[in-house]
Amino acid sequence: MEITVTVNGVERTADVEPRLLLVHLIREVFGLTGTHIGCDTSGCGACTVLLDGTPVKSCTMFGVQADGRAITTVEGLMQDGELHPVQAAFKEHHGLQCGYCTPGMMLVGAALIQDNPMPSDDEVRVAISGNICRCTGYMNIVKAIQAAAQASSGATVDA
Amino acid sequence: MASDTEQIRGLGHSVRRVEDDRFIRGKGTYVDDVKLPGMLHMAILRSPYAHAKINGIDASRAQALDGVVAVVTGELMAQHNLAWMPTPSYDTQAVLATDKVRFQGQEVAAVIAEDPYVAKDALELIDVDYEPLEPIVTPQRALEPDAPVIRTDKEGKTDNHIYDWETGDREATDRAFAEADKVVSLDTFYPRCHPSPLETCGCVADVNPATGQATIWMTSQAPHAIRTVFALVAGLPEEKIRIISPDIGGGFGNKVPVYPGYVVATAASLLLGRPVKWIEERTENLISTGFARDFHMHGELALKADGTMTGLRVSLLADEGAFHADAQPSKFKVGLFGIVSGSYDLPAAHVAATGAYTNKAPGGVAYRCSFRVTEASYLIERLVQNAAYELGIDPAELRKKNFVPKDRFPYESATGFVYDSGDYQAAMDLALEKIGYAELRKEQEEARAQGKLYGIGLASFTEVVGAGPHHQYDILGLAMNDGAELRIHPTGKAILKISVQTQGQGHETTFAQIVAEEIGIQPEDIKVMHGDTDNTPYGLGTYASRSTPVSGAATAMVTRRVREKAMKIAAHLLEVSEEDVEFHAGTFSVRGAPDRTKTIQDVALAAYTNFPDGMEPGLEAVYYYDPPNLTFPFGTYAVAVEVDPDTGVWEVRRMVAVDDCGVRINPMIVEGQIHGGLTEGYGIAAMELITFDEDGNCIGANFTDYLLPTAVETPRFELGETVTPSPHHPIGAKGVGESATVGSPAAYVNAVIDALRPLGVTNIDMPLTSAKVWQAIQDAKALA
Repeated sequence: MEITVTVNGVERTADVEPRLLLVHLIREVFGLTGTHIGCDTSGCGACTVLLDGTPVKSCTMFGVQADGRAITTVEGLMQDGELHPVQAAFKEHHGLQCGYCTPGMMLVGAALIQDNPMPSDDEVRVAISGNICRCTGYMNIVKAIQAAAQASSGATVDA
Repeated sequence: MASDTEQIRGLGHSVRRVEDDRFIRGKGTYVDDVKLPGMLHMAILRSPYAHAKINGIDASRAQALDGVVAVVTGELMAQHNLAWMPTPSYDTQAVLATDKVRFQGQEVAAVIAEDPYVAKDALELIDVDYEPLEPIVTPQRALEPDAPVIRTDKEGKTDNHIYDWETGDREATDRAFAEADKVVSLDTFYPRCHPSPLETCGCVADVNPATGQATIWMTSQAPHAIRTVFALVAGLPEEKIRIISPDIGGGFGNKVPVYPGYVVATAASLLLGRPVKWIEERTENLISTGFARDFHMHGELALKADGTMTGLRVSLLADEGAFHADAQPSKFKVGLFGIVSGSYDLPAAHVAATGAYTNKAPGGVAYRCSFRVTEASYLIERLVQNAAYELGIDPAELRKKNFVPKDRFPYESATGFVYDSGDYQAAMDLALEKIGYAELRKEQEEARAQGKLYGIGLASFTEVVGAGPHHQYDILGLAMNDGAELRIHPTGKAILKISVQTQGQGHETTFAQIVAEEIGIQPEDIKVMHGDTDNTPYGLGTYASRSTPVSGAATAMVTRRVREKAMKIAAHLLEVSEEDVEFHAGTFSVRGAPDRTKTIQDVALAAYTNFPDGMEPGLEAVYYYDPPNLTFPFGTYAVAVEVDPDTGVWEVRRMVAVDDCGVRINPMIVEGQIHGGLTEGYGIAAMELITFDEDGNCIGANFTDYLLPTAVETPRFELGETVTPSPHHPIGAKGVGESATVGSPAAYVNAVIDALRPLGVTNIDMPLTSAKVWQAIQDAKALA
């Protein structure tokens, strides 16, 4: 069936099988490979994207469910050629190692600081608790998201 | 030789990582991101049974499905002599099952289709006639005389025994025990767990039918070794095999072995003349790929009445699964478990190990550890704590009394390792100071008086990493050495090509820093290339904390080799003899005339434009490093926990980790590695478990059953460091990626056991789930 999805601010149409997962729509149809697959069962969060600004696990949604809605992937975080504060902070604070969980982590972080401009350590940890990182031990991820919150002061994520 | 200049960001600088620029933009290239024209997709049919005879496979319905290109069975693979493959432990492993299946999840057939969804649809249309057999799920049962034989494929095999192996001096150890005032023993099972990198395994195999060139993008921690194995197994000419390990989403040992999926996808590409992609699902990764641990251990410590340790005796039973496929140095059946004497001056030690086949997944890998060092470290650190209790000595005091003193290095252990350097006392003192040990013990007394369960646990581990010297360390005969190649371009920029590759460790940054330190080119001007066997020198890969000890050393040495030539060119440019040239931080100067200088950039240009007559032009070199010894990182971890007596839930109040990994190349990255290791160590101690029911069904086959720590449970860590350089490593570094996974499980468990000590609890096997802790509390109360 034919669907229309706004992906990182650009309207895209696709003719897809109803069973096609959203993550495959993003990766295989739209060619945006920054969204990763880690567990297939919504347990790890590597496939997290923003759906109308809210983090969702794209391995557990069908592509057709995104019809008429807006998706932000990691490729959509940069604005006007500038890194999103979360992106800059992840590098500055060593919030990533292998990079596989990073897109999902950054998107959750970006959504969090839009709702909560000064999240506490505990609040960040709860926000990212659906996202597994096997490399970093989370401390630097938490630090990065808090630093991004401080730095952003009004930076927003288009969705 | 740490940098004494601010200008060159060599050793000791927390340089931000060059690899991050692509990852934060979603522009990495992982294997699943590789898409080739005409690419087909492969899915694997796996056994639902742990042990069953295969009476027949009918793939006709699958074959008929629209979009299916081929169905590959063991029979087809056998026609090409590829139904079985050799393992790194000199055993064989079924690529696709022909006679029977030997573990749940074993590869039975593969579908190659135009679309990945169709490939999976077709799996359901393959009819396999299984005849279930008795599954064996423990090594104890496996070794009973009436146990069914799992490896009926091995001619003359009448039991499930794989090996007996020993290290140390049995007689001297027996003597020590005969003379001991006190013997403390511990039976403990270090359960099966799984490295679970966030990216599963997979490959894209592209065999060009016209040229025979096989290019395989693969989630591999050891691309060069795998190229050689592929050449030997498949009979392909090695020069026509190119393995590319692109960005890898974590490895932790899971991506060292050759898996059947790689072999089948490559064979399918060869047969079909089209690229074939195979990407595991998470369940496939958990139930069929390299597991870790699964050691049943009995340890005994002999002591004098004053607490002096005199002997250590270990017997252990290893559950190897259905095929003996441990990835480890060939001469060591239980890896480097001989490090079990740890940080202690033990005059006598003996380890006797037995391995058995069971109906479980094969491929014992070292989950973020240097070949079974984790099991060894866990055993000794748990034993030491129990010994302290039995002798009535504080666990910190007992450790201090028995540490190898710092003036005894190099120290030869009772199992034959020569520890390079150490100052165990200093690391422990710092850890105790940072956590406020004396104060905590007082708090503990007060808490106990109020009926609270409050515990403090220590672990003072010594690791053995950086395998290794070629006489002793090889995998399938390949010496565990690594190469590095450095080329300085005319503009003074450089490319370093290394045989190891990053799965998150940051090689592209830290290896450039090593070059920067040695030759004075800024790290951002040095491209580090890795993971492509056509374009990098040979080496055995990244695992067992060997990148820095071996390949990092090769990198320092190749840079020095280039620098030697640069000195000659500088002398030519400065019109003095080479003996009169001094080098410091990228600048060559004339001895006694420090204002007469040339930079490395001047020299690089001259190497291609204005070099001395008779000199070979260019500025590059290659160096293969055969380490003279292993390296021995160490540290002390201190944990404080509180256990809820009503629920068994335990929470980490403090976690202090003092690591000594020798000279630190990039402190930010070192600390990141330690954070990660402490978290995986916590996961292993608290929740990670692959277990099996009596039918051999794997429990732990997805992330709902196989628990990994999230940000909420993970403790906050406080780090400290001491620096004791390795005397034999060119930059004094020892390796750090695995220290925290090796050292921390014992610290967490010791803390929980310490909390439960007033109840008389002396052991709980990992993972210390709240249910198990609660049960231990109930059992102890029932006994009281």
